[in-house]
Amino acid sequence: MSAALHAEWTKLRTLPGTGWLLLGVVAATVIISATVSASMGCSSAAACHADVTKLSLTGTYLGQAVVAIVAVLAVGGEYATGMIRTTLAATPRRTTLLAAKAGVVTAVTLVAGTLAVLGSLLAGRLILPGHGYTPANGYPVLSLANGTVLRAGAGTVLYLALIALLSLGIAAVVRDAAVAIGAVLGLLYLFPILTQVAGSPGVARHLQQIGPMTAGLEIQASTGLRSLPIGPWAGLGVLAAWAAAALLAGALVLRLRDA
Amino acid sequence: MTATMERSATGTGSRDDFGRLVRAEWTKFRTVRGWVIAMVIAAALTAGVGLWAASGPQTGCQPVSPNGPIGPPAPCKPSNPVGPGGEAVSDSYYFVHQAMRGNSSITVRVTSLTGRRSPPGGGLAPGTDPEQNFTSGIQPWAKAGILITASTRQGSPYAALMATGGHGVRMQYNYTGDTPGLPGTVSAASPRWLRLVRAGDTLTGYDSADGTHWARVGTVSLAGLPATVQAGPFVTSPPWIQPQNSGLTVAIATFDHVSIPGAAQGTGWHGASIGANAQAASSLPGMFHAADGTFTVTGSGDIAPAGPGPANIGEPADDGFAGAFAGLIVVIVMGAMFITAEYRRGLIRTTLAAAPARGRVLAAKAMVIGGVTFVAGVIGAAPVIPAGTRLLHSHGNYVFPMSALTEVRLVAGTAALLAITAVLALAAGTILRNAAGAITAVVALTVVAYFFSVPLAVLPAGAADWLLRVTPAAGFAIQQYVPAYPQVNNVYTPQHGYFPLAPWAGFGVLCLWAAAALCLATVLLRRRDA
Repeated sequence: MSAALHAEWTKLRTLPGTGWLLLGVVAATVIISATVSASMGCSSAAACHADVTKLSLTGTYLGQAVVAIVAVLAVGGEYATGMIRTTLAATPRRTTLLAAKAGVVTAVTLVAGTLAVLGSLLAGRLILPGHGYTPANGYPVLSLANGTVLRAGAGTVLYLALIALLSLGIAAVVRDAAVAIGAVLGLLYLFPILTQVAGSPGVARHLQQIGPMTAGLEIQASTGLRSLPIGPWAGLGVLAAWAAAALLAGALVLRLRDA
Repeated sequence: MTATMERSATGTGSRDDFGRLVRAEWTKFRTVRGWVIAMVIAAALTAGVGLWAASGPQTGCQPVSPNGPIGPPAPCKPSNPVGPGGEAVSDSYYFVHQAMRGNSSITVRVTSLTGRRSPPGGGLAPGTDPEQNFTSGIQPWAKAGILITASTRQGSPYAALMATGGHGVRMQYNYTGDTPGLPGTVSAASPRWLRLVRAGDTLTGYDSADGTHWARVGTVSLAGLPATVQAGPFVTSPPWIQPQNSGLTVAIATFDHVSIPGAAQGTGWHGASIGANAQAASSLPGMFHAADGTFTVTGSGDIAPAGPGPANIGEPADDGFAGAFAGLIVVIVMGAMFITAEYRRGLIRTTLAAAPARGRVLAAKAMVIGGVTFVAGVIGAAPVIPAGTRLLHSHGNYVFPMSALTEVRLVAGTAALLAITAVLALAAGTILRNAAGAITAVVALTVVAYFFSVPLAVLPAGAADWLLRVTPAAGFAIQQYVPAYPQVNNVYTPQHGYFPLAPWAGFGVLCLWAAAALCLATVLLRRRDA
């Protein structure tokens, strides 16, 4: 296993695109988060009702798409170049191979995700007080010492890692980076759009409860927890279930099919 | 392919040559089974999701009296009146009228216009005075003036000249027409004289501050106006609306010097609340009081076009086009793969050997992927409006009516949106030569940009509008089917189906993106080794 991990780490590390993509995860997340924080305005305590923790992490909506590229290319890239046959010759245990890929992709996503979340929260901490979100108006300065902010931040890092695992599993199933990224992005973004046009509030709520992004990102909620369609950790659990199912399917077809 | 190679070997780039290139690309497309299946899926998703969105449950509604809801919520079929142009309209007001025969005119002086509005979150108080909690305040689009209409039936053709709460004198006609006159507000010190003159089918409005110096405001032609029309003073006041809240309002106006030449002075006037019993309950019954030639009229409602949003009831029919988002992701994958698959398999070298004019290869690919996507889009979008409207109606939901031309624009526009986005993805795939990156970039620019502006709604309105102006997501404006009217107070946001750019302008922004990306792709394709 450690040899497989080492091999996967070497492959991922030596691809010139990986570094840029991970930088892209951080940049996309922090830039969007900071832009949203800077576009907020709050003149008095009565006039604004904002979940500033969630808003200062808005960039996750875009950053996750770049995370998906990293994960999808880890598998799809090998099928595209035929490298997969060399890899399987070197590591004949296919489940071990997928586990090793999952390990290194999760590791780099955790690092990039941590930087992205810290950058976003720091931007929110610096920007929001200047826009009226002050302790005087009922908005304490964002700080990881606050349990809710810590849960949202750490949860977002885990969220990004689970998105990477979900993408990896889907890529292992379809074996093509293009189709895999289409499937991942469709799965992520279509649920909220369907929720918007759903005929009844009950159906909309159910869609929010089962959608990998809508449920998973409830981990960022810090206000109105009672009215959420699904609790923060339960929501992250839904995403974990999606990721586990995708990985399981990926492992199965990887074992059963010729490469 | 063989034919293409032979032709291109001879060198010249004739029109015939390009035809062969297109044919070669078409052959590549139709012989890959996965791509054909993907197109079928794109069409099926567009139609299926659209119909799913339309199959919501029945809208219940509760009968309302001035003192609040009466009885339990019951299934009902609320609807808006339909104006002469076939559009949905609001048509409720208080009308003090009498018959006016042949060519004649009506003149009044408006000496005051004030208003009252319901409190936030609350409508009418129980008891004898349902308006006891109202506070004073005039709506900018409260209207008091004179009206000539074919009949008092809702949706009748009309022309009206009016003083408004905040937009000066206006001449309005047939619900959508609006021409400004004298600016400023009405008071006893600064009254407004209003005159409407009928000559055949033509109605001309004049306004004056003193009753001596008259200025023409506008002239309209109402085809087929009957010989005897209803004419007189009217007052109406639309609901106050904020994004999160709305409520009823009334306006009170004082008229004097009311005259119709040839009609008996001060007699023969009937007061009527037009449309006060409408199920929409966006107006209150009005009243009028006449003494010594002075009329005090109270009215509520609006005479204006109606569109989706808090000002009106009803479902936007374009919800059905949410299916286009599902289709969009599929065609973006297809568009990018149409070129990146060639890089992946090394086929691009064969293609470029056969057709060395690289710009033409890209053009042929764009034509094929755009054409195929357009056809799939039409097949997917065409059933959505007729079948979706039928589904909504069968559940008792009201759908805003639209003209056949608008329906064609929505279907063709949705298909074109898919086709141009596929071409944009093709160009992105050529530029990046990496399918995953190209697909993510185009999805981010279209679906995610729309997602940030509309369903997520975290951005303030200004930033969301900006995203829908400059990103390719501006193209979704092609799906707007009810225009935003400046003379109607409503919440004009993308959530209610109103985009910051006009339909074709928004689509133009998407086309510009695709054209710019294709240019860059052509340059890079020519410069780089394949």
